[in-house]
Amino acid sequence: MWKFIVRRILITIPQIILLSVLLFLLAQAMPGDALSGLVDPNVSLEQKNALREKLGLNAPWYEKYGEWASGLVQGDLGQSFRFKMPVSDLIEQRMINTFWLSLATLIITYIIAIPLGILSGRYNDTILDSSITGYTYIGFATPLFIFGLVMLWVFGYQLQWFPTSGSVTPGLEPGSFEYVLSKAQHLLLPAISMALIQTVSTVQYLRSEIVDTKQREFIITARAKGASESRVYNKHILRNSLLPIAAFFGYEITFLIGGTVFVEMIFGFPGMGQLFIESILLRDYSVVNAVVLIFGIAAILGALLSDIILSLVDPRIRIK
Amino acid sequence: MRNKLLEINNLKTSFRIGDNYYAAVDDVSLTVNNNEILGIVGESGSGKSALAFSIMGLHTRAKIEGNIFYKGQDIANISPAKLNKLRGDDLAMIFQDPLTALNPLMRIGDQIAETLILHKPEMSQKQRKERVLELIDLVRIPRPEHVYEQFPHELSGGMRQRVVIAIAIANRPDLLIADEPTTALDVTIQAQILDLIRELKNDLDSGVILITHDLGVVAEMADRVAVMYAGQIVEIAEVHTLFENPLHPYTKSLLNSVPTEGQEKLHVIQGVVPSLQKLPRKGCRFAARIPWVDASAHEEYPELHEVEPGHFVRCTCYSHFYFPDESKEAYAHGNS
Amino acid sequence: MAILKVNDLKVYFPIKAGIFNRTVDHVKAVDGVSFSIEQGKTYGLVGESGSGKTTTGRAVIGLESIYSGKVMFNGKDITNFGRKNSALRKDVQMIFQDPYSSLNPRKRILDIIAEPLRNFENLSMQEEKKRVQSLLEIVGLSPESILKYPHEFSGGQRQRIGIARAIAVRPKLIIADEPVSALDVSVQAQVLNFMQDIQKELNLTYLFISHDLGIVKHMCDDIAIMYKGRYVEQGTTADIFNNPQHIYTKRLVSAIPDINPRNREKQYHFRQEVQREYANSYNDYFDSEGLAYGLQPISDTHLVALPERG
Ligand SMILES: Nc1ncnc2c1ncn2[C@@H]1O[C@H](COP(=O)(O)OP(=O)(O)O)[C@@H](O)[C@H]1O
Ligand SMILES: Nc1ncnc2c1ncn2[C@@H]1O[C@H](COP(=O)(O)OP(=O)(O)O)[C@@H](O)[C@H]1O
Ligand code: SF4
Ligand SMILES: [Mg+2]
Ligand SMILES: [Mg+2]
Repeated sequence: MWKFIVRRILITIPQIILLSVLLFLLAQAMPGDALSGLVDPNVSLEQKNALREKLGLNAPWYEKYGEWASGLVQGDLGQSFRFKMPVSDLIEQRMINTFWLSLATLIITYIIAIPLGILSGRYNDTILDSSITGYTYIGFATPLFIFGLVMLWVFGYQLQWFPTSGSVTPGLEPGSFEYVLSKAQHLLLPAISMALIQTVSTVQYLRSEIVDTKQREFIITARAKGASESRVYNKHILRNSLLPIAAFFGYEITFLIGGTVFVEMIFGFPGMGQLFIESILLRDYSVVNAVVLIFGIAAILGALLSDIILSLVDPRIRIK
Repeated sequence: MRNKLLEINNLKTSFRIGDNYYAAVDDVSLTVNNNEILGIVGESGSGKSALAFSIMGLHTRAKIEGNIFYKGQDIANISPAKLNKLRGDDLAMIFQDPLTALNPLMRIGDQIAETLILHKPEMSQKQRKERVLELIDLVRIPRPEHVYEQFPHELSGGMRQRVVIAIAIANRPDLLIADEPTTALDVTIQAQILDLIRELKNDLDSGVILITHDLGVVAEMADRVAVMYAGQIVEIAEVHTLFENPLHPYTKSLLNSVPTEGQEKLHVIQGVVPSLQKLPRKGCRFAARIPWVDASAHEEYPELHEVEPGHFVRCTCYSHFYFPDESKEAYAHGNS
Repeated sequence: MAILKVNDLKVYFPIKAGIFNRTVDHVKAVDGVSFSIEQGKTYGLVGESGSGKTTTGRAVIGLESIYSGKVMFNGKDITNFGRKNSALRKDVQMIFQDPYSSLNPRKRILDIIAEPLRNFENLSMQEEKKRVQSLLEIVGLSPESILKYPHEFSGGQRQRIGIARAIAVRPKLIIADEPVSALDVSVQAQVLNFMQDIQKELNLTYLFISHDLGIVKHMCDDIAIMYKGRYVEQGTTADIFNNPQHIYTKRLVSAIPDINPRNREKQYHFRQEVQREYANSYNDYFDSEGLAYGLQPISDTHLVALPERG
């Protein structure tokens, strides 16, 4: 197992390097460079060229990449063209916001998915199952941004149960109880909206795992031992079906990234997704790049996490 | 002294396909005594497993009619709780495919211990572990302590089948049903597993139902043999009688299709076992596979007849059945 | 002259381990196997699962890369021809064990059987259809079946479709890897009879792989017993069944269930006796690694793996 995990971790390193190289080359291909944002447009071409030379901007790409990458490692994500501030400063607070939003979404996703998946799988082909499966089909068919808008309109504007934008009520003392409460309140509606849509794939996955496991032969062995139906479910079917769900966890992160982009825009939630769209609209490429890099790394680490979880819980991988 | 352990009367097990129910086991009656091995043979699709699952109450979506008396109690019509008390304790089953019969995520020791937890709750943890180790040793798996901690994927097919047997015999069952227990295994391992089943029968004085499609296995193991075709028993007899004086055309056909000493040409049973929907419910079920026999020979409702004590044959056609390469006359003159 | 001659064939599979997946060792799936088959004969290869039978067959037909040794077909060295050499591909065909997975479920019977024809012969659509229909007739299926799909056939019928495909280009040698293991006895009989019939008709040679000794006895002229990649015994069918010399062969032969219930006791005691002999004399028959020794001739036709004497 350790060999598997170490090997799996080693694989992520070239993945991340490849991702960063791609992003770097993409950035190079973008119009303008670091200088265009920094210097006064009235500076002459000769002066600019001299400056470029001095700043190393005319060096071959791999040298520039090396410098850029070593900056990255130290947390230097470059400069924002528009805000004229380090990208890392721009991102920090938003990353924290998105992190909490994602965590809340994940928790709600599982709170919904596990009972629904279990019920639907255990009582498959009943009315209960049909209604749950019906919900998942609707969930698959509904675009998140439309659903988000509806939720915002109903619970935000009509019923006014939740705030309609931002991540915290301005003017509260950070760290105070009111501040935390307000944060949670701002989080809840976008998280629920996202979770309600996001959860359907997990519900269906869990349902099909259970329906599948129910028909496996070792379940018959368990019944033949004289185990009661509830024991058969708890000891054999559930355990065996939840395992692939646990492994699915890491991949949820990838879905989340896509989700946050829409949800943060709709709910005016100042997170990475919102920053991503805004930077694209403002052509703030260094920020776009940094956000994509972080998203990409998160997805790679998510996949890594999935495989590690699987190797820990599945004896067929654990014992090799 | 043999006592009647199991008595099945007019069992009918039907599966729902589309809007209709189709019987996969159709009016089967038989008995099993203790210290006796009843062999059940027939091509795949004859309903052997459906019969075994009916006895164990393992069908989840089937309609079961008729009675299955185990020591006088009708287990086809009892509550799930009562059935669970019997299953794994008095009644036990060994399955065909050792690769899928065990939970892949559970340790071998825990899988065997589960039957003890269910039926001997008074055992302490220590006693239980001792018994499990004893069982692993009993089915001749080397290094019980080590295997106890292992998972199924770490064992070979033969070893896994021994684990399945250990689970089945953990509570010394009175009735053991073995559904093709060696079909997936090599001959040398088959021989060992069969020896094991025979020893258990002798030691525990149990009744055994041994399902197989291998006539050699039946010849070596069974005391009595039931031949099944298309959901029905077509012939049932004591083992020597069945091999020396087979009467039903299906039994004869099966026996002729196995390679034996000096045999040039194997007999081919034409056609296949019909699917449940296509099975003729009226008239002879086997007639389509012996097309050379004249239609007038068949009966409309072939019934089991007792032709000599303990030897039952369905229908009366045995008196005039012949193979295509035999002449009708030769057969009629008692030349078998 | 022998149509197939295999000399000291070795097929090794690498075992990978460690973080960098380096090859640390080899599985010696086939470890020094030699045999030859005469034209028109059936040569049986028997052994427990994992003994290397399939690998041997696949290596002969070029589906497995050969570590060392030599394979001669009709006097030509074909060891490293691989599957690319079309003459070999045409003359040597294979029938696979599982009639359910060996036919592509999305292809019509016409396309399945015509596949080798398309590779080797330039036939018009009309000719091709005729050939396939006549092949279906040879294997006892209705010529109208050409437009059906594999799932519309039973296991025995599918296996016969597999045979039709194998004989389509009139091969000289057929490697049959457990052709009836997945089938019921009644269907087994059908396929076996059929294989014997076409053998006579087309003067085919079979390399017949099986773990079922009863069937091998019925089908084969010569038999080799394989264990852990090596031969333990080779001889005519009579040599192997009437005069087995290696303890492993004896054990295998004694394990076959006897179809006569009167022999039950005898068979049981015989088996016990062989088992005792196996336990007592294991070291006389296997080397320190538990592998068979080299073959020693004990008659013109009979070879047994025994330690060298003297
Ligand atoms: N759960 C089921 N639903 C529908 N048909 C079934 C089911 N189980 C078995 N059958 C059918 O019943 C017949 C008998 O099957 P089975 O008892 O498995 O035969 P055997 O064990 O003799 O090979 C077959 O035609 C099979 O397709
Ligand atoms: N592609 C492969 N890679 C690694 N090992 C293999 C491969 N194919 C077969 N083996 C190993 O080679 C040995 C012989 O296998 P095989 O030829 O399939 O045996 P048989 O056909 O007699 O059952 C087995 O130990 C098997 O695990
Ligand atoms: S004659 Fe009787 S048993 Fe024989 S095939 Fe017909 S009905 Fe069946
Ligand atoms: Mg069955
Ligand atoms: Mg093989």
